[in-house]
Amino acid sequence: MSVPPLSRYGLRFGVLFYLSALLIFPVAMIFIRTFEDGFLQSFEAVTSPEGLAALKLTLITVLIAVPANTIFGIGAALVLVRQRFRGKAILNTLIDIPFAISPVVIGLALVLLYGPRDGIVGEWFYDHGIRIIFSTPGIVIACMFVSLPFVVREVVPVLQEIGDEQEQAASTLGANWWQTFWRVTLPAIRWGVTYGVVLSTARVLGEFGAVSVVSGRISGQTETLPLFVRKQFEVFNEGGGYAASMVLAVLALLTLIVMNLINTRKEV
Amino acid sequence: MSGSAPIGGAPPTAALPRPAFRPRLGSALLSRGLVTTWLSIMVLIPLVALVLKSFEGGLAGFWDAVSAPQALEALQVTVLIALVVTVINCVLGTAIAWVLVRDEFPGKRLINSLIDLPFALPTIVAGITLLALYGNDSPIGVDIAYTSTAVALALLFVTLPFVVRAVQPTLIELDRDMEEAAASLGAGSLTIFRRIVLPNLRPAILAGAALAFARAIGEFGSLILLAGNTQIASIYIFAKIESGDAGGAAAVSVVLLVAAVLILLVIGRFARRGLPV
Repeated sequence: MSVPPLSRYGLRFGVLFYLSALLIFPVAMIFIRTFEDGFLQSFEAVTSPEGLAALKLTLITVLIAVPANTIFGIGAALVLVRQRFRGKAILNTLIDIPFAISPVVIGLALVLLYGPRDGIVGEWFYDHGIRIIFSTPGIVIACMFVSLPFVVREVVPVLQEIGDEQEQAASTLGANWWQTFWRVTLPAIRWGVTYGVVLSTARVLGEFGAVSVVSGRISGQTETLPLFVRKQFEVFNEGGGYAASMVLAVLALLTLIVMNLINTRKEV
Repeated sequence: MSGSAPIGGAPPTAALPRPAFRPRLGSALLSRGLVTTWLSIMVLIPLVALVLKSFEGGLAGFWDAVSAPQALEALQVTVLIALVVTVINCVLGTAIAWVLVRDEFPGKRLINSLIDLPFALPTIVAGITLLALYGNDSPIGVDIAYTSTAVALALLFVTLPFVVRAVQPTLIELDRDMEEAAASLGAGSLTIFRRIVLPNLRPAILAGAALAFARAIGEFGSLILLAGNTQIASIYIFAKIESGDAGGAAAVSVVLLVAAVLILLVIGRFARRGLPV
């Protein structure tokens, strides 16, 4: 459709203005604020023992939650696409629930299951000396919950599109199930998997609501980087808060770059 | 943009005879069982614990907790702001998608990749970015911190990609012959958009809007620092947990959970291919 130039420019600049006001200038402000109070001074908060402990806990969480979700995600996608069975719609809805539900609700649900006082099974774990809530396992479980659907949802459309002719050919030629998966299926879905992994990593790095509820926010012990950011603002160390935010914003921009690289690859 | 374009639809696996490569019935059952078990442990059982807790005091207890004035207000305000944000997203999200697909200008690719930033940026950082520009220390003299406008702005930020990423692939694939035919018959560009483009985009817009709405009613991280006294459901739940009233928190949570499941069922009725998630 040929749009008159005037309304086309109007639309273009309207959209650019909206995106600048909502997205680009606010994010730029983080960098300005970090450097405003002197970069090194602001950065002291990040390199303090509490800051480093938060960074470490965040990395541990990523290293456990993302691989777990990747394995589950590939398995679940294969089951959903290649098998026909009753109750598939229910399984599909369950997988999507973490996307549609508030992270605070997720945190509360975990406390009510694993909490030392309120939890249904939490008491048993507590009696056996295993702490889940207000400890690292709870934080990891919360992050796994919120990022559960990403790999599944990226792999399912790829599996549907490639079909199963190549897999059939492989098995006709005598490959067993594992060989077929490793040599045929996995290479075909690798960019979908990678994209899902990148999205999960970003989500786990930044998860706030669910972790807030289950962590107990003990400085230097159960604080992830996003919780550390909030703490800095609460104790009016805004410079430190902006510096820690900048670390997370840089990680987000890196994520974005990787997402774009993968998208270019996927189109080839 | 995630998800590849749907080319030729789903492969006709259903019509094929049972292929030899497929795992034998035993291993198919095993893998299905493992996936179901994992999903039950991770998602279903915690949610059951939540629902059980909310009905601890029976139906009356649940109803009392949900209809407490503050809970009711929080739910109403949340739904209202989320609706406003969703409507804005429908209009501006479609406009952004249109500009990114049909318009050409330098820097378009950069803008296109920036759309995903709200998905990549931690929500607490999203809140802080908005506070830094529009808070009480604003360099441009706009102070909306701790108002419902700030809440709406934060929700617009975190939900930005949904409608854009849902509409983009549909718009790319839209056959332009129809538009050209309409134009040759004398239709103006507004008529073409309203009568031809919009009806074709409607399922994608609605699917994106449903996801944006779901995200908006549950959002927490970006609001915690800038909502102030605005009662928001997720902040209300968090405050209840902090004050030790897990039952009251669980009841309002169940309302949000039911809303989430309903939204998922609605989305399930639209094409789910090509969505950002």
